[in-house]
Amino acid sequence: MNGGAARLLRRIAPQLVTLAVILATIGFVFPGFFNIAFANERLYGSPIDILNRGAPVALLAIGMTLVIATRGIDLSVGAVMAICGAIAASAITAGYGLPLTLLMALGAGIACGLWNGLLVAVLGIQPIVATLILMVAGRGIAQLITEGAILTFNDAGLAYVGSGSFAALPMPAVLWLSVGVAVALLVRRTALGMLIEAVGVNRRASSLAGVSSRLLLITVYAISGLCAALAGIIVAADIRGADANNAGLFLELDAILAVVVGGTSLLGGRFSIIASLIGAMIIQSVNTGILVAGFPPEFNLVIKACIVLAILVLQSPALYGAAILLRRTS
Amino acid sequence: MNPRLLPFLATVVIFVVAYVICWLQFPAMLSTRVIGNLLTDGAFLGIVAVGMTFVILSGGIDLSVGSVIAFSGVFVAVMLRDTGIHPVPVFVLLLAITTAFGAAMGLIIHVLQMPPFIVTLAGMFLARGMAYVLSVDSIPIAHPFYDWVQTAYWLMPGKGRLTLIGATMLAVFVAGILLAHRTRFGANVFALGGGVQTARLMGVPVGRTTVLIYALSGLLAGLSGIVFSFYTSAGYSLATVGVELDAIAAVVIGGTLLTGGSGFVAGTLIGVLIMGLIQTYITFDGTLSSWWTKIIIGALLLAFIVLQKALLDITAKRASAREAG
Repeated sequence: MNGGAARLLRRIAPQLVTLAVILATIGFVFPGFFNIAFANERLYGSPIDILNRGAPVALLAIGMTLVIATRGIDLSVGAVMAICGAIAASAITAGYGLPLTLLMALGAGIACGLWNGLLVAVLGIQPIVATLILMVAGRGIAQLITEGAILTFNDAGLAYVGSGSFAALPMPAVLWLSVGVAVALLVRRTALGMLIEAVGVNRRASSLAGVSSRLLLITVYAISGLCAALAGIIVAADIRGADANNAGLFLELDAILAVVVGGTSLLGGRFSIIASLIGAMIIQSVNTGILVAGFPPEFNLVIKACIVLAILVLQSPALYGAAILLRRTS
Repeated sequence: MNPRLLPFLATVVIFVVAYVICWLQFPAMLSTRVIGNLLTDGAFLGIVAVGMTFVILSGGIDLSVGSVIAFSGVFVAVMLRDTGIHPVPVFVLLLAITTAFGAAMGLIIHVLQMPPFIVTLAGMFLARGMAYVLSVDSIPIAHPFYDWVQTAYWLMPGKGRLTLIGATMLAVFVAGILLAHRTRFGANVFALGGGVQTARLMGVPVGRTTVLIYALSGLLAGLSGIVFSFYTSAGYSLATVGVELDAIAAVVIGGTLLTGGSGFVAGTLIGVLIMGLIQTYITFDGTLSSWWTKIIIGALLLAFIVLQKALLDITAKRASAREAG
């Protein structure tokens, strides 16, 4: 067990160091950054805010990590967020009650995921293309549900999901932390994680070895849909309204970025959910840091682009090959 | 018959049938005015879709084009506002920048061996970010040259206007068709889409071709940005969000295989026109909401992708049968 913990620490060390450096830089420039206050039975402060605001991307990153580990990608998560947010808002205003509303929204997310999984696993369409369909059509469907308007609601129960607090932490943070722990335990305490990696490395070989890769792929996309649904509910609950046009817009890219920052290769195989979650926090820290620093938010995207480029260079198989070659020759 | 022609023919049939349905319901649809508007409204999308066709034919993807269009608009608007330079040299400078930008992405894709998807994603962030840095406000463009271009059109029979930007798109398509199907570069692009390893063994200069493909996409995205600035008379950093997806959809609906190696530039033009037609129908109808556009385009995408998949399976089976026999 000790060896396992050490291995995990070595795996997530680069991400932890990056996060620490970013936080330390912000803290150095703004000494008050780490102040945490306790009021109204919950904690307040910039670090708590990062946990809270990073919730949608963190949730998406959990599902995205599993999808990317199978050598796939899920472009539809932003649109699925919009659909599920719209369903939650319209169901609660129609008077279905909170449990049924949540069930319907989460069910819709799973259905979207099953659809993607079916296209990828059964029809054998490339994941980018298969999920592109729902990405394009999904926002249209969401607008159909909200009838083009921003659907607002006043239900305190649903709003609690987005702005309530539990055990002194904001509800969104509690949700993504618990989902992250649950999924990480599920894939690492069972053989599921290994099987997912096997499918990602070589689908044909793992099928021949007896892994039911078709079922596994569909499950992975369904989990991604479920995570997107939860993220969509949080975003809608936070603003007490469903905005079909802007909810989750471009979040699929942030989620992919979080996974890549977390060191999971886009070429499939080995993955780490914890590293992806730290990646999501790195992205949110950069966002918050830029805001706190009073930098114009315009620079946000440029900085993100530079981070992606730096990681690309570090992850590049070509560079990796060159490093091995160097070591051999010396 | 060559089964590769089938997606292209399906696109043409869908376009003609859709147009006939529109015409039966609204006889006014069949006029050169509507056709002229289709070309004008689709101009910027069509131009950028030509570049996207080359990228997809080579088996890649370019997510940066929407951001590059927005950057181009803001760049032109800022230069015209803050300096006294005539638009034409500004355009030349801009096209040089966007071409270099595309070439740089192609170089990174080739040298670092990274998936085009993630490299162009970084490009998308960078271009949009640079547009924000230049200006977050919508900047109006007022210049005599712009007034001249905007009023330049050829009156078609039936009072339809073929505007200069619509004609520019048609010219780009003609050039694209010649480049793809009649030159060595075009043949190299198709070879690359068939498989990088095979292409290399055939003697295709893989690196140079990759860089040129993305440079071409950057160049056409810049040109599309210029056309868009004529279309809207403004530069705005939040404009053309998601155009890369529209361009990809137009290419796929046009019958180009998303895995690369097979397709037609002319099909992309039909794809752009189909998307314009849906929009026009919704405008004519007046009761339908514009979000139907997205759903119909999504359904068309699905239909074409499944069709392509079926065709691929058939040709693969035929090939293996030939090998066995």
